[in-house]
Amino acid sequence: MQARAIVVTSGKGGVGKTTTTANVGAALAREGEKVVVIDVDVGLRNLDVVMGLEGRVVFDLIDVLEGRCKMRQALIRDKRVENLYLLPASQTKDKESLDPKIFRPVVRHLIEDEGFDRVLIDSPAGIEKGFKTAAAPAEGALVVVNPEVSSVRDADRIIGLLEADGVSENRLIINRLRPDMVKRGDMLSVDDIGEILGLRLIGIVPEDEGILVSTNIGEPVALRKEKSAAGAEFRNIAKRIRGEDVPLPDLMAAGGFWSSLRRMLGGR
Amino acid sequence: MFWWRRKKSKEKAKERLQLVLAYDRAKLAPGQLESLKSDLLKVLKKYFPADEKRVEIEFEQRGEQVVLIANIPINS
Repeated sequence: MQARAIVVTSGKGGVGKTTTTANVGAALAREGEKVVVIDVDVGLRNLDVVMGLEGRVVFDLIDVLEGRCKMRQALIRDKRVENLYLLPASQTKDKESLDPKIFRPVVRHLIEDEGFDRVLIDSPAGIEKGFKTAAAPAEGALVVVNPEVSSVRDADRIIGLLEADGVSENRLIINRLRPDMVKRGDMLSVDDIGEILGLRLIGIVPEDEGILVSTNIGEPVALRKEKSAAGAEFRNIAKRIRGEDVPLPDLMAAGGFWSSLRRMLGGR
Repeated sequence: MFWWRRKKSKEKAKERLQLVLAYDRAKLAPGQLESLKSDLLKVLKKYFPADEKRVEIEFEQRGEQVVLIANIPINS
């Protein structure tokens, strides 16, 4: 992707925006980019806990904007991987202290003056001001969707709003896919979602218990040594963002004998 | 109930999504479609007898395009 400022968004809450931001951010840093992940969810911040950096938050984005500290003091460096930084949202201050006009120059400053290669913005759920603020400085978006009707519907809405706001380099991440359910015909498939939303796909992340474990510990799966299907795919998403030609995973390939037989007998 | 008889739930999900998105994308509330239907009927009746009860107007996804389909049986 050409976009250096990328908003991670979904419309619907709870589909994995924050997890995606943390993991794609960490994986991009692992690839050698200087990355900052920004939490824009004022009052409901979570990126710090998902990344395991909550104990190191002293200043936040609003403190920078209101002149209580310098940008460098608010940026938290992740010690597990080089060149990964977190800019936390404020947990206590008013949501109103942030808007598109104020946020745009923050992102520009990070890219132009602080030398960041990539800025990943974790958008709040919804289509209101929080989302508008998060999307304002972005040139591209990662739209996270779950294979489920309400999430797909909201994603469709978000894609329309992004395009209307001039955010043009948009890619789709299907998160929490369960190949067994797709095989059974009880879950929308990658092709179904692609057909409905008409957005270029950049990642298919399977449902993975490892995600909850990693959130418990506070370490993004993309950085963990333990084998994890989701972690591996997040690392591949980072590579695809960087323009590497990494094929999308074929989650249907592992169909066992019984599931094929069942499909044959089941007919429709 | 049984897997060999049941229509796959994802087919149902897909159909419902395509319909609801057709309305969303057209920024049309389902109620507005009813008033479109009655307006359309008023015009049609000037030209030929249409069977009001059997008139169907709905959105349909055709590939990339969402199209408005009007099915108007004619009384003969």
